[in-house]
Amino acid sequence: MIIGGILVITRKNAVHSAMALITTLLAQAGIYLMLYAPFVAGVQIILYAGGIMVLFLFVIMLISIERNMKERQFNKQWLVGIAAAAALGGLFIAVYTKGKSLFPEGRLNFDEAQNTQGVAALLYDQHQGMYMFSFEIASLLLLVAIIGAVVMAKKRI
Amino acid sequence: MRWLIDYILEYLKSDLTPGGAGNLFWITVYILLVFVGLSVAVICMNWLERKILAHMQVRLGPMRVGPHGLLQPIADALKLLLKEDIMPAEADAVVFWVAPFIVVLAAFTVFVVVPFGPTHAITDMNIGILFMLGVSSLSVLGIVTAGWASNSHYPLIGALRSSAQMVSYEVAMGLAVISVILMTSLNAEGTGTLSMIGIVQAQQAQHTWFVFKFFPLGLIGFFIFAVAMVAETNRAPFDLPEAESELTAGFHTEYSGFRWSLFFLAEYSAMIAVSSIAVTLWLGGWLRPFPSFHGPEVAIPYFWPPADPSAPKGVLDLVFALFPGITFLFLGAMCFYNTARMPKHPLLKIQTIGLAGFGAVLALIGLILFVPPVRDRVGDIFWFAAKVAAFMYLYIWYRGTFPRYRFDQLMKVGWKILLPTGLVLLILTAGAGFLEDPVKEWLKHVL
Repeated sequence: MIIGGILVITRKNAVHSAMALITTLLAQAGIYLMLYAPFVAGVQIILYAGGIMVLFLFVIMLISIERNMKERQFNKQWLVGIAAAAALGGLFIAVYTKGKSLFPEGRLNFDEAQNTQGVAALLYDQHQGMYMFSFEIASLLLLVAIIGAVVMAKKRI
Repeated sequence: MRWLIDYILEYLKSDLTPGGAGNLFWITVYILLVFVGLSVAVICMNWLERKILAHMQVRLGPMRVGPHGLLQPIADALKLLLKEDIMPAEADAVVFWVAPFIVVLAAFTVFVVVPFGPTHAITDMNIGILFMLGVSSLSVLGIVTAGWASNSHYPLIGALRSSAQMVSYEVAMGLAVISVILMTSLNAEGTGTLSMIGIVQAQQAQHTWFVFKFFPLGLIGFFIFAVAMVAETNRAPFDLPEAESELTAGFHTEYSGFRWSLFFLAEYSAMIAVSSIAVTLWLGGWLRPFPSFHGPEVAIPYFWPPADPSAPKGVLDLVFALFPGITFLFLGAMCFYNTARMPKHPLLKIQTIGLAGFGAVLALIGLILFVPPVRDRVGDIFWFAAKVAAFMYLYIWYRGTFPRYRFDQLMKVGWKILLPTGLVLLILTAGAGFLEDPVKEWLKHVL
């Protein structure tokens, strides 16, 4: 996954970057599998690698990128960038090692053979979470985004 | 070394899939079997397609290469291997090389969860059907990159059209699949399952193939999936990206020789994969026809009932268990009949002997399939393969019968006809599942 990420930002050719992003997303699905969440891994493959990356590739391939390939690959302020990234990384490590009290719940453990049923129980069951409300709010957010995109892209309403 | 043999034999006593048992040796064996079986199936499909299409068009098809053209696929494979490997001048070499690789990878990885029997799958994931739909959608990426990497505008347009078509029909496929998953949850616990083996076992427990459940809702769902899967694999009558080769060019124009054969292999494997999905979800997977009718029990010494004490023993089970052997004996008899019909020409002597030999091999396989231990284990695989073969015949029949859809008609069918029908079907199936038990109670009181 890290190699994929590095390849995404260092390739000059945008299509090479997109393919590296696909491998990064597939590696992400593998990490979900290692965390005993096969449902999320499957959904990641369908949505990200199979849907969103296809749209990325459509856009990259249909827009002329000759101009972009001749630009400089890295910005001139890359030293400041590395310092900022190191600071952020230090912050993450500090939270991970010293801030365990900020995340009290811990990992939900599902039996892997019943993972999908466990996710469904979290969403629907009254005694186990009822995440349905947050789920519907998130989908409403996506609906707003879709309507905005359609309105902006249409020539006439 | 003793531990190795124990490791190998230990799996045979368990009733899980090799992936479920975690037995690496048998996982490898099953993977190799599926790979080899798939390759043989694609080769047979090549010959069958040319012969059946030809007979539908009142001509004979390949007759020269072997007896009745049976060696034609081997000749085609040799030709493709020996062809010059051309790469367009300005094409991106890495992406050009990777594109057929992605398509073949997506087409073959799908078979990890395909259930040939209750324990005859490489593994049985909890998210089986989700995995199959997801991995088969990765082939769209391969097609888009193949079209782009050829650096020529005809393949690019063909690739974009093909991927737009595949993405549109994936939505309709997904809705039809959801209605089936809903039907698997109509059991005592109220929870369904996404695993492929679980779906077939739900059909067995509910005593009906899902294509006949809540008639006509199962049938409409099956029909939506059957149309969407033909469009998903870019086959006739939705083969505008592929048959643009006859009009302008398709996404695999610039690929020659072995790379083209990889695309071809991936296309036929994808056809078999989505047919397996349709067979598992609607047509009862490995279950024989009428799986819940057993008839009176019957016993023939040394032959029936099977050794496993939990296997059903009725007369209908016996009749259906004889089908694999009878099928191969019938194929062998057809070969012998055609041997007798061969013209008596000295140059055709080798072909006649070859055909007779092929018929003898088929008849021998048929006789082996009557032996009780083989018969009990192979029965499930045979019924699954027979149903998938029926779907392959339907694919070829569609290709020979229907004219091609224009691209805007294709998108109209996908979005404006199949998608609303799928949504309504989902709502009606949910309603029917909800009302199933109350209606049964009411009928019991009335009758």
